[in-house]
Amino acid sequence: MKEPKIKTRDLTLFYGEKMALNAISMDIPEKEVTAFIGPSGCGKSTFLRTLNRMNDLIPNVKITGEVLVDSLNIYDKQIDVVNLRKKVGMVFQKSNPFTKSIFENVAYGPKINGMNNKAKLEEIVESSLKKAFIWEEVKDRLHDSAMGLSGGQQQRMCIARALAVEPEIILMDEPASALDPISTAKIEELIFELKKSYTIVIVTHNMQQAARVSDVTAFFYLGELIEFGKTKKIFTTPDKKQTEEYITGRFG
Amino acid sequence: MDNSINNTGFVFTKESLRKKFRWSEFLSERIITGVAFLSITIIILIFFFVFRETLPIFKQKKEIVKVESVQKQEQYGGDENAQPTNASGQEQYGVITKDTMMTENQVVGEDTVIHGADEATVKSLLGKDWLPVSDRPRYGLIPLLVGTVKITLLAILFAAPIAILAALFSAAFAPPWMREIIKPAIELLAGFPSVVIGFFALMVMASFFQNIFGYDTRLNAFVGGVAMALAAIPIIYTITEDALTAVPRSYTEASLALGASRWQTALFVTLPAATPGIFAAVLLGVGRVFGETMIALMATGNAAMISVNPFESVRTLAATIGAEMAEVVFGDTHYSVLFLIGSLLFIFTFGLNALAEFYVKGKLVKRFQGK
Amino acid sequence: MNRKNRITGALFVGTTAFSAFLIIAVIIILLVVIIIGGKDTFSWKFLTSFPEDGMMKGGIFPAIYGTVLLVLIMSVAAVPFGTITAIYLTEYAKETSILAKTIRFAVRTLATVPSIIFGLFGLGFFIKFVGGGMDNMFLGGQLKWGQPNILWASLTMSLLTLPVVIVSVEEAIRTVPREMREASLALGATKWETIKRIVIPGSRSGIMTGTILAVSRGAGEVAPILFTGAAYYLATLPTSLSDQFMNLGYHIYIMATQSANVDQTLPIQFATTLVLLMLTFMLNLTAVIIRSRLRRKAK
Repeated sequence: MKEPKIKTRDLTLFYGEKMALNAISMDIPEKEVTAFIGPSGCGKSTFLRTLNRMNDLIPNVKITGEVLVDSLNIYDKQIDVVNLRKKVGMVFQKSNPFTKSIFENVAYGPKINGMNNKAKLEEIVESSLKKAFIWEEVKDRLHDSAMGLSGGQQQRMCIARALAVEPEIILMDEPASALDPISTAKIEELIFELKKSYTIVIVTHNMQQAARVSDVTAFFYLGELIEFGKTKKIFTTPDKKQTEEYITGRFG
Repeated sequence: MDNSINNTGFVFTKESLRKKFRWSEFLSERIITGVAFLSITIIILIFFFVFRETLPIFKQKKEIVKVESVQKQEQYGGDENAQPTNASGQEQYGVITKDTMMTENQVVGEDTVIHGADEATVKSLLGKDWLPVSDRPRYGLIPLLVGTVKITLLAILFAAPIAILAALFSAAFAPPWMREIIKPAIELLAGFPSVVIGFFALMVMASFFQNIFGYDTRLNAFVGGVAMALAAIPIIYTITEDALTAVPRSYTEASLALGASRWQTALFVTLPAATPGIFAAVLLGVGRVFGETMIALMATGNAAMISVNPFESVRTLAATIGAEMAEVVFGDTHYSVLFLIGSLLFIFTFGLNALAEFYVKGKLVKRFQGK
Repeated sequence: MNRKNRITGALFVGTTAFSAFLIIAVIIILLVVIIIGGKDTFSWKFLTSFPEDGMMKGGIFPAIYGTVLLVLIMSVAAVPFGTITAIYLTEYAKETSILAKTIRFAVRTLATVPSIIFGLFGLGFFIKFVGGGMDNMFLGGQLKWGQPNILWASLTMSLLTLPVVIVSVEEAIRTVPREMREASLALGATKWETIKRIVIPGSRSGIMTGTILAVSRGAGEVAPILFTGAAYYLATLPTSLSDQFMNLGYHIYIMATQSANVDQTLPIQFATTLVLLMLTFMLNLTAVIIRSRLRRKAK
């Protein structure tokens, strides 16, 4: 088996006095889709956000344990968080385009990295939008405001925006939860395509979605990692009773 | 998949993720934090410089300062006169004051007079006479203090009930469309320059009230108080309204569920729950009136006398500074006394603000969160 | 019992309504009286010509010019500093830190300090300390900066309007959604890049509201400039920062209280007041409209 892309070791997280994650250890494989499932408030989104240190922004968060990306502990004092986030991209639950044009949205990442060559920027924007399957829909209105796109289009544009920075890992926090079934299907198709080149971690509350798109699934409950394994196994013959109860819809 | 464009140009290695020092981050954070200190710095500087100018009153030996100030004044005066003058009434007025000041200053410039005047000054501060421009100047602050307190009381007496009731109306009773008109309208009143309100009081209100009440002195504490109420109403109204709308809905719903009517709920539940906020509103209104200068200058008559009759003229602390500072000699006793008045005003409003801030906030937190 | 209750209720609600309408009525009366008093004198010529016959006739151009110059210089000082302070309070300071609390308290204190105190401070600090110091250092004691002028008056006014800018900008910055900041940071932007490219452009309308409100406040305040630079009458417009200037509010005050013949110049006084009122009224109205749009957007 390949060396896992991300390894966490005893990752524990406190919001002030409240423990939100309890000693999570997990190996996330490279260029596959890993899904986190569990009832809301179980810590799956919190865990996702520890993987690119987005929790740093929240006051009173205390984290112990290790997160190793390519065997590098990203909580090491020597690590540059800004560069880390360039390698570990993120797509959020609610699509969050900037109030700028579609072009400016996608070119944002390359620009802050010092890319000013206009031709090169156009190239990056085009290829990113193509990778996110949205190029055909927006190519004639690249300079219109991104706010004018539909919810599903906005979310795919946000994915394109994340891709433009050339990450190796993409974290997706319930990327389709606010979308209609058709847009959701498009996103899922996109995820399937992206895993050829990227390591993808996706949080979802939709179990069918997890079963459809992921290779590996982790089930969280009350801040604990209950079960972690091949998606097929988790959804057919889970080891733990709690997992079985959750996926058969008996609670949550 | 086209993966050939790589714009970040580094791979996931220890080197590429090594902590980088970014000058722009470092500088921006330092500069922004530094600028944020400015507000605190200004407060401290105000304290320092306003107090500094009052110090000469309490010093005995200050001949050197005096002589310097005389020279300065001479230059200053000369410079003023060098400006193109116009033979208008105002110009003559200005020149005349300057001349009288010069002569007075030269008298004060003699050593013997200074000592006498200075010891007398400190004592006279508690006196009943405000006669700064006379042969034997007396700087009694009592009439100014009485005048200020009187006009503040009058203004708050008018402003507080009206503003609080109006806030209650727009927060509890008015239909939304009416609220959309009342709130911005009163916010606009807050934007009226006080010199405009002062002008309105001087030209219109004074005659209007004189016709009603038939008093002798056209400009008096009553007129000034009503005019100042116009300045205080928007403050009291806005903060009270905020306090009323901040009362948790569960409070009013509980009351309504018990069968109380809307007005009973507003009067017996919402209003009491918001009292700390309303108290703060009134305090800030007091602060506004206490330090208001232009309305006082224009509408109160500016006579420094001690009386309880609201239809007599008064001279407030702020108006005294406003009226006399422009015509005083830099550095002399009168100048320092005016700064002393400023210090008093500053301390008072600072105290009021601190009280409104800490006491009231503490109470509100206790009340709504049960701590 | 029930009936008595209902009557009391109606009376009570009636009283509150009366109070609200009384305030509105006074506002309307004030506006109407000043419009009627000033409308005959008010004309294009009144706005663009100099006073004549010892300010008994003529226009108020120098006062308008001086006021505009005052608020311009004031804004140059107050808007950047106010905006940066607001950025500090929203983006850098931790809500609970003592420093942030102290700065907030200082800002609120600044907002409640009587305007005449700013005048005293301008005199003691800018004119005597800074200006006098400059004269002693560079001009060998010759008097140039150590006396009232438009620069010191504008800077004094900028201290007074600083809290106005801070409060408006802070409110606007808070309407920039957290999601947008996160999106920017997740793309590898630094904090400063996020502020520069996302937060500041997103709060442009708030910075504009703050500037408008500050300008309106600065245009109407008289007490701080009484002895820091305003003049009764000047035959020429100010051409240097060390010149004195005329000002609309100060003009009203002087004309109404110290003019040789108050009654004769009454139309000019009303018209000047009308000009000042219209100026501040329109500025405030614009700010109120922008702000209510902003608030609706925030919801």
